[in-house]
Amino acid sequence: MKIVICIKQVPDAKDVRLDPQTNTLAREGVQSIMNPYDRHALEEGVRLAGEQGGTVTVLSMGPPQAQEVLREAVACGADEAVLVSDRAFAGADTWATTHTLAQAIRTIGGADLVLCGKQAIDGDTAQVGPGLAERLGFPYATCVKKVLSCTDGVMQVQRLMDDGYDTMAVQLPALLTVVKEINEPRLPSLKGKMKAKKLAIKTLSAADIDADPAQIGLPGSPTQVVRVFSPQARGERTIFQGSVDEQVAQLARELQQII
Amino acid sequence: MLKIDAEACIGCGLCEDACTFAAIRVEDGLAVVGDNCTLCGACVEVCEEGALSIPRQEGEAPADLSSWSGVWVYAEYRRGRLAPVALELLGAGRRLADKRSVEVAAVLLGSGLQAADEGGLEAAARELIAHGADRVYLADDSGLADFSDDAYGNILAELVRQYRPEIVLAGATAIGRSFIPRVATMLAAGLTADCTELDVRAEDGALLQTRPAFGGNIMATIVCPRTRPQMATVRPMVMKPLARDESRKGEIVRIEPAAAWLSSRTKVLESVTAALDQVNLAEADIVVAGGRGLENAEGFAMIRQLADTLGGAMAASRAAVDSGWIPYPHQVGQTGKTVAPKVYIACGISGAIQHLVGMQSAETIIAINRDPEAPIFNVATYGIVGDVFEVVPKLIEQLQRRSDS
Ligand SMILES: Cc1cc2nc3c(=O)[nH]c(=O)nc-3n(C[C@H](O)[C@H](O)[C@H](O)COP(=O)(O)OP(=O)(O)OC[C@H]3O[C@@H](n4cnc5c(N)ncnc54)[C@H](O)[C@@H]3O)c2cc1C
Ligand SMILES: Nc1ncnc2c1ncn2[C@@H]1O[C@H](COP(=O)(O)O)[C@@H](O)[C@H]1O
Repeated sequence: MKIVICIKQVPDAKDVRLDPQTNTLAREGVQSIMNPYDRHALEEGVRLAGEQGGTVTVLSMGPPQAQEVLREAVACGADEAVLVSDRAFAGADTWATTHTLAQAIRTIGGADLVLCGKQAIDGDTAQVGPGLAERLGFPYATCVKKVLSCTDGVMQVQRLMDDGYDTMAVQLPALLTVVKEINEPRLPSLKGKMKAKKLAIKTLSAADIDADPAQIGLPGSPTQVVRVFSPQARGERTIFQGSVDEQVAQLARELQQII
Repeated sequence: MLKIDAEACIGCGLCEDACTFAAIRVEDGLAVVGDNCTLCGACVEVCEEGALSIPRQEGEAPADLSSWSGVWVYAEYRRGRLAPVALELLGAGRRLADKRSVEVAAVLLGSGLQAADEGGLEAAARELIAHGADRVYLADDSGLADFSDDAYGNILAELVRQYRPEIVLAGATAIGRSFIPRVATMLAAGLTADCTELDVRAEDGALLQTRPAFGGNIMATIVCPRTRPQMATVRPMVMKPLARDESRKGEIVRIEPAAAWLSSRTKVLESVTAALDQVNLAEADIVVAGGRGLENAEGFAMIRQLADTLGGAMAASRAAVDSGWIPYPHQVGQTGKTVAPKVYIACGISGAIQHLVGMQSAETIIAINRDPEAPIFNVATYGIVGDVFEVVPKLIEQLQRRSDS
């Protein structure tokens, strides 16, 4: 089984704080990390490849520094790493991203299973998984919390819904997006770390993947950001004073007014 | 590429502070942009010297944009009932449509066999009309009883191709966020996720889609200038539904889905409703959340009691979920759910950024924490500095006493 995991490098939210005075972004030396959901996608891919026999390729579209997360993924059990990187990709929205990732997957010989995180924590769109599946002509399931089985080219999975979960059968080749409940990701092994250090990461340009210039980067993105601003500061803040009973009484009164 | 006008740049560093991606730096008195620039535009916005710009290649606008007209709402229907977000979207859609002087239509897909009452899907369609729809496209088929990304997506895409609405809105629910991205890809349309504000630009009728990004720390307004339809998923509980008006008139258009549209490469084997809560967390007006301060599963019994007293839903921080005191579907935050209730009561939660991003758009936030320095108080509307084991039981008692009298 050929498994491809899509991994995005994102800024670490831990470093991003709200300034309580201005309620704007206070940022000191933001670190880049592997998108947390993608870690779970990787773990599930490595687990499945071990169980079913197969290879795990990690794939990322991003600047050259995204190599770091790919190396980390190799240290955690991936066999190969591919970075699609080109200045022409900058500013890609989910439409342009899915074109790029789909072309890259075709270039490296396709996949039986593609795994993505549920969403990336910078954009929070959760659109790349389903969009990529459609680009590849694959069926998909989003927010998968458990893989039950994988036999005769059919996977049985549980996917989270707002009111519970659905158990479903999905024909391979397919794409799944995963939530953190699916597994507990392993830490990098020593052997993996050695391998990651030595591994040459395959880097592909827009030309290498035969990308359609009209579907990549900012010019190829149907959505355009026209304004970025800070959210409105929250209004007045009241910390109740007095004895616990008095405080609770004040809170109960306020609650009754709102509800 | 971000363009930096070296003449205009004074090296003030505002851009550096504004960049979420640490992609722009001031070096030797001049802004320099690095490879991890995502062209989000935050720096352009804050630059007081007008030294930064993102040149856009405004490709020829396709000639037929004006042949797309009307606002559509995908009316989610599951387990025999309309999702509340469907009515909220009609409220928002009506407002946009009135500005554009166009019609509002709803698309209702499902199986009447599942309906809660004998009125079936017709009754749901009439409900949509009473809440602002001029037209309802209704596909009632036993093949639509279970949600399927394939079948639902095929039908919606086909209807959009046929009737050409300029705007398509859907709820940012598990279902909406699953199949709408596929529909947008099928239609080569731009799609904006999880919007909290919608408007139309007067000059050209472009849909202004505003959404939180980076976990709510920045807001972005997005347009799709070259493609139609303009598609957006919209966060539940944010838009206001119109008051129900029985006298409103509308047309119900029945759709007979072709067999090919109904075919699905995935199959639902079992659909389980988790008996976690009376109230769906994402739809709840009142959410009572507990964190590590609750100390154990018994602590959560107290949270449940407060939630039940207020008719609300229960939520938790990741620390509480990881400790096994409450299951994952209750987790709020960056790797859990995003909620925007009227009231969010955080008990024994410190207010880590990863938690805040999931709840900071609640209308009123109440924090109960014994540490006066806990960051949760920075976003709280009301705060009590105290022990949850003392405060919460007293609060339950007070509320019960008040509702009795
Ligand atoms: C990649 C990533 C993703 C994450 N995603 C999420 C997420 O989705 N959701 C989430 O919530 N977190 C998430 N986190 C974790 C987050 O950083 C915090 O660790 C977590 O929110 C802390 O939970 P807490 O506030 O319950 O616990 P703590 O931080 O331990 O806070 C407990 C609070 O309770 C108070 N307290 C203790 N006892 C009492 C008492 N008797 N009475 C009153 N107050 C008391 C303490 O003063 C303290 O402020 C994520 C972290 C990472 C790295
Ligand atoms: N640039 C990228 N490179 C590789 N994978 C990506 C990229 N962007 C998004 N993904 C994948 O798509 C998922 C959803 O991302 P998003 O739609 O941006 O929220 C992520 O968890 C990744 O698995």
